[in-house]
Amino acid sequence: MTEPAFSLRTSGRLRRRQLVNKVMGALALGAALLAVSVLAIVVISVAIRGASALNLDFFTKNEAQGFNPTGGGVRFAIVGTAVIVGIATLIALPLGVLVAVYVSDLASPRFARITRLALDVTNGLPTIVIGIFVFTMVVASHGQSALAGSLALAIIMVPLIARSTEEVLLLVPTAQREASLALGVSRWRTTFSIVIPSAMGGILTGTTLAIARAAGETAPLLFLTSLGTNSTADSNPLHPLQSMTYAIFKYSNLADAGFQAKAWATAFTLMCFVLITSLASKLAMAHYRKKLGG
Amino acid sequence: MKNSNGNKAPALKRTRSWIDRIGDPVLKAITFVAAAFAVTVLVLIAYELVTGSRMAFHRFGLGFLTSQVWDNIHGQFGALSLIFGTAVTAVLAILIATPLAIAIALFLTELAPKPVRALLGALVEMLAAIPSVILGLWGILILGPFVRDQLEPFLSSTLGFLPFFRGDHSSSGIIVAVLILTIMVVPIIASVTRELFATVPPELREGALALGATRWEMVRGVLLPAARPGILAAVALGFGRAVGEAMAVTMVIGSAIGIHWSLFAFGDTLASRIAGQYDGADTNVQISSLVYLAAILLVISLAVNIGAQLLIRPIDLRPRRQRIALDRALETEGMSAD
Repeated sequence: MTEPAFSLRTSGRLRRRQLVNKVMGALALGAALLAVSVLAIVVISVAIRGASALNLDFFTKNEAQGFNPTGGGVRFAIVGTAVIVGIATLIALPLGVLVAVYVSDLASPRFARITRLALDVTNGLPTIVIGIFVFTMVVASHGQSALAGSLALAIIMVPLIARSTEEVLLLVPTAQREASLALGVSRWRTTFSIVIPSAMGGILTGTTLAIARAAGETAPLLFLTSLGTNSTADSNPLHPLQSMTYAIFKYSNLADAGFQAKAWATAFTLMCFVLITSLASKLAMAHYRKKLGG
Repeated sequence: MKNSNGNKAPALKRTRSWIDRIGDPVLKAITFVAAAFAVTVLVLIAYELVTGSRMAFHRFGLGFLTSQVWDNIHGQFGALSLIFGTAVTAVLAILIATPLAIAIALFLTELAPKPVRALLGALVEMLAAIPSVILGLWGILILGPFVRDQLEPFLSSTLGFLPFFRGDHSSSGIIVAVLILTIMVVPIIASVTRELFATVPPELREGALALGATRWEMVRGVLLPAARPGILAAVALGFGRAVGEAMAVTMVIGSAIGIHWSLFAFGDTLASRIAGQYDGADTNVQISSLVYLAAILLVISLAVNIGAQLLIRPIDLRPRRQRIALDRALETEGMSAD
């Protein structure tokens, strides 16, 4: 065997380029590991502290009165979150779907563009600003109520539901709409009996994501529905009701270990709900997209 | 027209019921009202914040923006130190988060083994789904003590000659807020950037690699330039998010008025001041001042968001599929953000 005329071993400039390539690859790997480990640290530390404070009383009892912060539970906050987010969903789901139908099927391109821009800008607003808005509009004159909190959360949810619904409406095959219209079915019947039913899976997963997001909101609720009771069972949406997020915030400010344990347990419960629902709906959405060939 | 029996074909009868005839206009009207409502909310928000802050505006005028005072007792309020705190925390968080997020996106699209890409991507997005109040709780009780006992002593011993790393060590302060905001912003920028990279046509990558570029040279020469406008928009959205975050920041930043150059000092931001004062606002002037702060936040947020949208939308030169993917990415980003 003869020696090649040029050395096949990398040298000089090429070696430097390959070295840079390797270093950059290592940095990218490091960044990804860092992000995943931060997630792991947050989730695990919340889980460890939260799970140990969980028991049946935590879910079924209200806050204990007197000087015994270890007893009692946060039933009032779970009920409050359920009521506030439930009403917000009842407002935002139909509104969001109607907006999406308009933007995807009926609007002129110009108005569709304006609406989309408005939705995206609303989505980017700080949630505390939306809270202050509902405060000056409703609470300043009528006092706090869970309903006011629902209104703020609905404003946050409408853009999310509208944008995800619009996306799945666009995925519904044009042939289906045209087939229906060609049979002489009117447009609105086509929308309600063909388009929306085939998009239903996507609409519901989008809504679930919006619910997960709304359940984790605190800032807009501070001014709207934070004066609620924590010792009796109340679910009247016209009264202020506390929420899980507000309970975490309030307990975290208290130095007592018993209250901090409650903060961790509430955080753990909420985190499980939010992470599981958002993960599940993201998986469902990916599946749904694939099914409709988007 | 006659059929074989010689009978006349039945005339086409009007089979549509009245409900079918009015259905279309009604649907159009209802959905129009809903869409108009979605647009009007923005106008209403602006209107309410302007009227709500009128009292503070009359009393302090634009001097509100240049005054540092926040005195509940004497009813004197100003936003300067809050604007300063907002700028410092958001800019620092973006400076740390952007390279990290781009590196994560590169790893997810270029380097990670195929089977784990989706999983890793989902994990990074989960970070964005954690409610901010939980990150705040984690920030005060776990990250804060770590910063006080490890990070701040380390920084002051190595970089203590700079004014930014001097002062007493404490478990809350600007530096903790910056770290928490970074954690919140990284997944937002990373997931948008990842979608952008994934839509760069494979021919471009393969062309660069075939010309002998190393993977990094391909990234620097092809991927990053192709995705630049989108990345800028993603960074703008992340910035808007960092500016507007109220809960997590108010829990960790120490809620102090004043302009300090040390990152170890307490501070406050526009959003966190509003959140922190929710149960202490007794006088009308104070409430009006809080609404004034919200109005400032609204202006910043509108500028950042509309700017980001304009960065994305009118650039129709890019391939259509890239635009669609970006829209999709932005929309899923919005869902996971607080």
